[in-house]
Amino acid sequence: MITFLALVRKDLRIFFQDRRAVIMSFVAPILIGSFFGYVFGGDGSKYSDAGKAKVLVVDQDGGAAGAAVVRGMEAEKALEVRRVTLDEAQELVRKGKASVAVRIPAGFGKQAMVPGGPRPKLTFYVDPSRTLEAKMVQGMLVGQYLRATGRGGQMPFDTEEIPLTAKRGVIYNAYAHSFGGMAIQFILFLGIDVGIGMLLDRQRGLWKRFAASPLSKWTLLGSRMVSATLIVMLILGVVFSFARIVFGVRMEGSLIGFAGICAAFGMMTASYGLLIASIGKTPQGARGLSILATLLMVMLSGAWIPSFLFPKWLQDVTKAVPARWAMDGMDAMSWRGLPWTEALLPMLVLVGFACAFSLIAAARFRWEAE
Amino acid sequence: MIYAQFEPFILPFRPFVVEVCAEAAAHSTKGYRTMLQVIGLKKAYGDLIAVDGVSFDVAKGETIGLLGPNGAGKTTTVSMIAGLIAPDSGQVLIDGAAVSGDTNPVKRRIGLVPQDLALYDELPALANLELFAALYGIGGAQAAHAIHEALVLVGLQDRAKDRVSTFSGGMKRRLNLAAALLHDPDVLLLDEPTVGVDPQSRNAIFDNLETLKARGKTLVYTTHYMEEAERLCDRIVIVDHGHVIANDTLAGLYRRLPASNRLLIDLENAQVDLAGVRELPGVAGAEMQGNRLSVLLADLSSGATKVLAYLASGGHRFESLSTAAPSLETVFLTMTGRSLRDL
Repeated sequence: MITFLALVRKDLRIFFQDRRAVIMSFVAPILIGSFFGYVFGGDGSKYSDAGKAKVLVVDQDGGAAGAAVVRGMEAEKALEVRRVTLDEAQELVRKGKASVAVRIPAGFGKQAMVPGGPRPKLTFYVDPSRTLEAKMVQGMLVGQYLRATGRGGQMPFDTEEIPLTAKRGVIYNAYAHSFGGMAIQFILFLGIDVGIGMLLDRQRGLWKRFAASPLSKWTLLGSRMVSATLIVMLILGVVFSFARIVFGVRMEGSLIGFAGICAAFGMMTASYGLLIASIGKTPQGARGLSILATLLMVMLSGAWIPSFLFPKWLQDVTKAVPARWAMDGMDAMSWRGLPWTEALLPMLVLVGFACAFSLIAAARFRWEAE
Repeated sequence: MIYAQFEPFILPFRPFVVEVCAEAAAHSTKGYRTMLQVIGLKKAYGDLIAVDGVSFDVAKGETIGLLGPNGAGKTTTVSMIAGLIAPDSGQVLIDGAAVSGDTNPVKRRIGLVPQDLALYDELPALANLELFAALYGIGGAQAAHAIHEALVLVGLQDRAKDRVSTFSGGMKRRLNLAAALLHDPDVLLLDEPTVGVDPQSRNAIFDNLETLKARGKTLVYTTHYMEEAERLCDRIVIVDHGHVIANDTLAGLYRRLPASNRLLIDLENAQVDLAGVRELPGVAGAEMQGNRLSVLLADLSSGATKVLAYLASGGHRFESLSTAAPSLETVFLTMTGRSLRDL
């Protein structure tokens, strides 16, 4: 036990003395998670400025109908409306300063009020790289047009938006997902460092000291597993504590379930590092390939883009990616507010991956050191 | 360069190597407690045979030098003794107990000073030593005492809390040695422990090793430096192409040299009948280097007289005379046909 604890302590000391590793593991996920959380909707209490689509309006009609349409658009929380001239509108869209501009032509009101008459024409100037925003604005404009003109009668329905999570009253907090995603990304990079560190130990001759002592490879691998898992849990603890204090991210589901996911993900990350160490021959050679593998894993996990946006076949494929289960588990325990039982499957899958990686690593491990 | 110079003298002497080995093997079993036995070690990497039947014994308190050119199989042999790699065949015994398996307690009786500076640069010296002590299950007060003793021995007790990255090369080498002493091993394996250090640090390491030797430790020392082996080692094991080609004391090795002394004569002119000199009794070889005649003699007293008389009778005038004592370098050259340092 003295040996095991000394090896774990050594790993922790080396990690915390490496300023770069600490910054990458603690600060980077907080910074980038904050950014993505803000961009994707913030804490859900209001639309953030970043979430608003900028719309330019050229009101050449000047009548009551056109003004009513513009007022309606200004009332939309998702839009930031600015009145401009036609030349300004075209210039700003052309330069990418706005995604869409709409021209309400002269005579729009009169045409709109004539039942059975020719339909008035609205012209949209669109930034071709932001067509999604343009479509959204067009849809909103239809509603405002119908309200303002009464053309075609009243809107056939009213709409209401209710966010649905497992717990009543829980508001979606985009920071919960973004902090989880970024923490997963940087922790997987930490896994690479675990593997590279072991290869460096071999390269520096430290392996000889280990192999010359009465130390089993299970003690060595096990200590590395435990130290990496502890570091991962600490990182997740710090990152989510920050998210809780600054952005109000709550564990709406189960804190125990979340801790279980963190521990299982930590084990998986550590075993991923061991796998890298067992497959790689040199630190330099192992680094390039493992970074590519990690980026692919993060991408497919839904850490960058939510996985429900993936095509169906790709969503099925991502079930083979361990980080996807970590992401789903964290989402379930945080903003989705699901009970701890929903953490069991992701935990089991992550532990399964950890066992598989560890066994492969142990089988491939070159314990001998000349 | 050196080989080319001595090549004519070397080739006739190769067969005597076998005799040296046989006598040394007999010597190794006489009248002392054997601490380390290396028995028929073999190791191959694919088609490359790194070590091919290496055997030797080391007595308790004895220091042996393991000499050989690069690729001779020294490090592989040391690695097998330390349990770093498993031999294809053969056995290593420490005080009669076989070294095999990862967790074999016999490993506690071996200390390894690897050629690499096997240290965590980013940690203080103390943290390094605490870890290396813990590898042998030593912790708490026992570890603190062992660490203090080791640091005092290598003269680094004042730098215990400093990071290794702030140490000079020589200090790192001394810490590398200290790390192998924490569990008080009976056998210390030193794989070129002075590589790349300044003369002052090398002397400090040598003082440390002599202290350990005085404490009764058994040392196995691999080196390229002949003067180190000559200063420290009781016995020399020369390895070449994976085989032991000599195993004897320094004096024994010198005695075995057919021409252990060299007579150097600076002449007024180089017109010497070399064939005539070589035919003289007791002369093992002769060659001219400029105006200098170099003659290898089995016995300096009788051989020198005959050579000088022969030259005088030919009317040669001497400008200066000198002799060169045998050295381990000469022995090595004679044994392997190669110079250790040129490799």
